[in-house]
Amino acid sequence: MAEAQTKAFVEFQRVQKSYDGEVLVVKDLNLAIPRGEFLTMLGPSGSGKTTCLMMLAGFETATHGEILLDGKPINNIPPHKRGIGMVFQNYALFPHMTVGENLSFPLEVRKFGKSRRETKVKRALDMVEMGDFISRRPAQLSGGQQQRIALARALVFEPELVLMDEPLGALDKQLREKMQFEITDLAHKLGITVVYVTHDQTEALTMSDRVAVFNDGVIQQIAPPDELYESPENSFVAQFIGENNTLEGVVKEIKNGVALVELDSGDLIDCKPVNVTKPGERTRVSIRPERVEYNKDRLQKGVHTLQAEVLEFIYMGDIFRTRLRVAGNDEFIIKTRNAPDQVRLTPGTQIEIGWMPEDCRALEA
Amino acid sequence: MTDSSGPLLAVDGTPLKRKLAQSMFRSRARAFGLALPLLAFIIVVFVYPILDFLRQSVYDARFATLMPATSEAIADWDGSTAPTEEMAAALVADLVVAKKEKTIGKVATRVNRELSGTRSLFTKTARNAKKMKHPYMEALIKKDKDWADIETWHAMKTASRVYTPAYIAAALDRKMLADGSIVQQSEERRIHVQLFARTMEISFLVTIFCLILGYPIAFLMASLPLRTSNLLLILVLLPFWTSLLVRTTAWIAMLQAQGVMNDLFVVFGLATDEDRFSLIYNKTGTLIAMTHILLPFMILPLFSVMKTIPPSYVRAAKSMGATDWTAFWRVYFPQSVPGIGAGALLVFILAIGYYITPALVGGQDGQMVSNIIDFHMRKSLNWNLAAALGLVMLVFVMFLFWVYDRVVGIDNMKLG
Repeated sequence: MAEAQTKAFVEFQRVQKSYDGEVLVVKDLNLAIPRGEFLTMLGPSGSGKTTCLMMLAGFETATHGEILLDGKPINNIPPHKRGIGMVFQNYALFPHMTVGENLSFPLEVRKFGKSRRETKVKRALDMVEMGDFISRRPAQLSGGQQQRIALARALVFEPELVLMDEPLGALDKQLREKMQFEITDLAHKLGITVVYVTHDQTEALTMSDRVAVFNDGVIQQIAPPDELYESPENSFVAQFIGENNTLEGVVKEIKNGVALVELDSGDLIDCKPVNVTKPGERTRVSIRPERVEYNKDRLQKGVHTLQAEVLEFIYMGDIFRTRLRVAGNDEFIIKTRNAPDQVRLTPGTQIEIGWMPEDCRALEA
Repeated sequence: MTDSSGPLLAVDGTPLKRKLAQSMFRSRARAFGLALPLLAFIIVVFVYPILDFLRQSVYDARFATLMPATSEAIADWDGSTAPTEEMAAALVADLVVAKKEKTIGKVATRVNRELSGTRSLFTKTARNAKKMKHPYMEALIKKDKDWADIETWHAMKTASRVYTPAYIAAALDRKMLADGSIVQQSEERRIHVQLFARTMEISFLVTIFCLILGYPIAFLMASLPLRTSNLLLILVLLPFWTSLLVRTTAWIAMLQAQGVMNDLFVVFGLATDEDRFSLIYNKTGTLIAMTHILLPFMILPLFSVMKTIPPSYVRAAKSMGATDWTAFWRVYFPQSVPGIGAGALLVFILAIGYYITPALVGGQDGQMVSNIIDFHMRKSLNWNLAAALGLVMLVFVMFLFWVYDRVVGIDNMKLG
């Protein structure tokens, strides 16, 4: 991280953006992206992530602050001189040109010679395994094929930075997973820096080196995927990334890095204090469904347990999903692996559940 | 099972196609029933009258019905030998009847079209026809020596044809002779081809001007936010809701010698008070007024096409290094072509048949084909020639439409 700060390739410095002069869409954004990183901007719609991407591409101007590319401010450089490759949400392939002409376009405007253009176009198409489609029109291609062409077109002029604005949004699930892998693979092979915008958290987790979670114009947390998932720094991130069970209560005491929380139902549990500091504070406790344990043998000795009633059992193939009533919360979910020895809970039974204190994070209310 | 190449059969053994047709019949009959009133209306008041009128461009039975004996006698005549006594006798007999029935005026008018100056010859002769005795040819020539002129008889022979290409020939500045051959009119009488050419020229220029003025507006409307573009759309449509006549007369007030425009020119020193521009009652006036009136027909199809072009195309082009102009010209413009096609075709076809505006502001050299058709309909009462001019124009527009389809492709056109 320290290295990233010194060698930032893309840098946002105190960037603010407002469209109407009344509401800030992006509030005081600071972000440094080192060369070669795959960074994903993740957030719900209206969180400011796309606006950030458009400011970087040059289609929107920052209301305040500087955006630096390779150390140089680019606020006053028009988009066509920034040399940034871009993949758009609906691919934006030019319908009146063939695949070859589409790829040739960025090279033509750069005044490359014909033979050089042809080699580069061919190489880019081979890279996405679409070499046979050079004379087709975009309308004759499937969604996945269009996606590959859009990718090849953004890469054909060999930019160092490529921006992607929800490029897989229009594809079905299987194809999306395949393309996720292909895009990351390609990005690492070419050593390019990628800024990727999505609202799909699975996509963000599987593809990125780091994920910046946006909400309300502010980066809530920026971290590698595993850190983001396992150690969310606030309630928003905890809720937004993956599935989460929340219980509300008050901090009774904090000692030895463990917080004792009294839930509103009166039950006591042990938690890891993340952003609670002193007893008496209200807190929202978050536990991942797959970290909840109901097999007494596997529970650590001495941890607090809670009584739960099974409300619903859903068979999902690879996992079982069970809905419980815990401390007055009817939406408490646990997930268990479909293993031969796994118990299938029947609705109506009373069970006892518990977890490791470090998996249970006490966040701000 | 054995004959797999035969037609597919439904479960009960009837061919599948017939079964499908049966099941579709009800819904088709219903659809047809719904369209029937309008269809009948259009056929009765639109299609039939047009076809009937267009028939007049090649059909004229007036002479043949009013002068039956003459028509019969003249049909056998070869046109090169001298007119026979038999023809003269038939003519005198027909003239006597025509005088009595008061139809001589129509006959005289009809022949006069073929040979001008014969109108009075017929009316004059008809007054004395009753007293004429054998030999009739001498009697006729005694009355007027023009009857000795073979041209007079040629004109009657031409007029006696029921189905005749004469009017279409006339619409194209050609003339049909008695022997059926068609030759070009003498130079000073050629007006129609020139008129067609001018109509094309005006329509073409109006289309070009509309495109030049309309394209940027449509572009602006398509790229502005919805509220502003709606306001612009209302401004574009505003003249639409104003009477055509009002708009045209407003242009007279604007453009006439003592009008607003010329006054401004004088104020700014672009013209002197004695030497003002003639902006109206000529081709300039027709062009200005028609461009203004037809402009919405260009803007609306352009706008509706441009609205569907996603802004991401131009952005993509720019992100790839294209300047604003290159992005526009190579990416945006080609996609707006269907709109240009639709708008241009619409404006051109409307312009080619334009009537009121050229009539009011066109003066002499701003007249178009429709104005001359109007002249023949209301003033000269030569409906056959009017029909022939209309037919020529219809064929020509259809030809242009065909060319357009071949070049641009009618499927490439979008009206909205």
